[in-house]
Amino acid sequence: MTQEKLASPADQPAVDRAATWTRRHLLDVDDFTTAELDTVMDTTDAMKEVMGRDVPRVPALRGKTIVTLFYEASTRTRASFELAGKALGADVINISAGGSSIEKGESLIDTVRTLQAVGADLLVMRHSASGAPYLVARHLKAAVINAGDGWHAHPTQALLDLYTIRAHLGEVRGRRIVIVGDIAHSRVARSNIWALSTMGAEVIVCAPPTLLPAGLRPSSADHGPGPEGDATEPLAMPPVHVDANLDRAVEGADVVMTLRLQKERMQGGLLPSVREYATLYQLNEERMSRAGTGALVMHPGPMNEGIEISPALVSSLQSVIEEQVTNGVAVRMAVLYLLARGGK
Amino acid sequence: MNAHVILSAEDIRRAVRRIAHEIVERNRGLSAVALVGMHTRGVPLAQRLAQAIREFEGDSVPVGELDIGLYRDDIPSLELRSRLQRTEMPVDIDGWRIVLVDDVLYTGRSIRAAMDALTDFGRPASIQLAVLVDRGHRELPIRPDYVGKNIPTALQEQVEVLLEEVDGLDEVRITRTEGEV
Repeated sequence: MTQEKLASPADQPAVDRAATWTRRHLLDVDDFTTAELDTVMDTTDAMKEVMGRDVPRVPALRGKTIVTLFYEASTRTRASFELAGKALGADVINISAGGSSIEKGESLIDTVRTLQAVGADLLVMRHSASGAPYLVARHLKAAVINAGDGWHAHPTQALLDLYTIRAHLGEVRGRRIVIVGDIAHSRVARSNIWALSTMGAEVIVCAPPTLLPAGLRPSSADHGPGPEGDATEPLAMPPVHVDANLDRAVEGADVVMTLRLQKERMQGGLLPSVREYATLYQLNEERMSRAGTGALVMHPGPMNEGIEISPALVSSLQSVIEEQVTNGVAVRMAVLYLLARGGK
Repeated sequence: MNAHVILSAEDIRRAVRRIAHEIVERNRGLSAVALVGMHTRGVPLAQRLAQAIREFEGDSVPVGELDIGLYRDDIPSLELRSRLQRTEMPVDIDGWRIVLVDDVLYTGRSIRAAMDALTDFGRPASIQLAVLVDRGHRELPIRPDYVGKNIPTALQEQVEVLLEEVDGLDEVRITRTEGEV
């Protein structure tokens, strides 16, 4: 899935990284260049400075209207987009599926057209259907930001994770980054794999075979999709290492990122029991002791403490989980700023 | 397009030293005086002023940097740089005399944005403005306190300030774009 662009980065002078920002929408990070990722990271630095002030508010997006449209539950993503928009001086309107005309049966396209008609400049949307933001982007003049679509992508989460890793480790290239958990159903994992691979990290995914996406299951791991992927293949991924054994996977890791075990997966018969999953795949202090010194523990939230992560590890010094949430606001400010400015 | 040099490296050096003296003189010393350079070229200029002041007075003046990207009232087009650079105030600016430093003063809109930004950080005792070049054509009621050189220009002319730290050499040029007259 390729995002719409006004011009290709090749048309811009290479010296000025922000000049490479020509995107109107943020749908995924799968086609981001390193220069574009750097632009987001640099802009986030500036936003962190704003967040650190006594009054964290600047007038950069004054007069702009941001609508958050969430068809799925969310705490941190929605709250951080709202805070980000307000910190930039924009007006923010929140719409949830429950309590809006969506309950009366209004279609997605009619809903977003209505939001555009009332003056939305940026639409932040979460939807359970993979690809929904792509459809919306084709029908809208407003900038569309994907805040999570089905199993497909969650680009701002990947950007905030990248930012958090860079803040601690500096250079990402060559770092060994383990993502453990339900990879198959995780938009967070997918977007992270793209962003981290693009930046040159060595990504290792760790999960029971039933929770690996089709292309990464052991039988087909050797001929998974290449770095360019097939654009029509919805779950194309860059090459990653796969290891079903967490003890082995965390060996020498610089970062271990664990994912929420979505309890609804239990009903599908993909796992024998939650207890067995916790025994084999829980990230705990004993397992983290195998990782490199100073290795980071990350979790995109919401957490099931005691299942995919031990409570002691959550509050350990290695954990940057709270920082991920804090950085989420600054990264989303950067994205809103770049899209509102670059998309004209 | 033809360019000619308005200030040489030596002229720039002299202008910086003169402005440094004027800052000390006008503020009767340096207590609670801080310099804030505006990105991009105001930052090295502020550092040079601080260096010159250190040489004359033996005192160091805090130097900050400011990116006004988040305070512009015009949405820059794609060609314009939108990459935000560091903003850092060297002190809690409440009660300080802040000298804003920029390379070229033109419409005054950047300075307006910079003053908005400064007031978000606190309430300085005063804000003064030092520029290397004043090229005229103000659109807002803003005037500089310290000027390296006044250069009357036509609207179709561009003033280009090059500094060693950013561009590899010190020079101020004026260029005239043909065909736009």
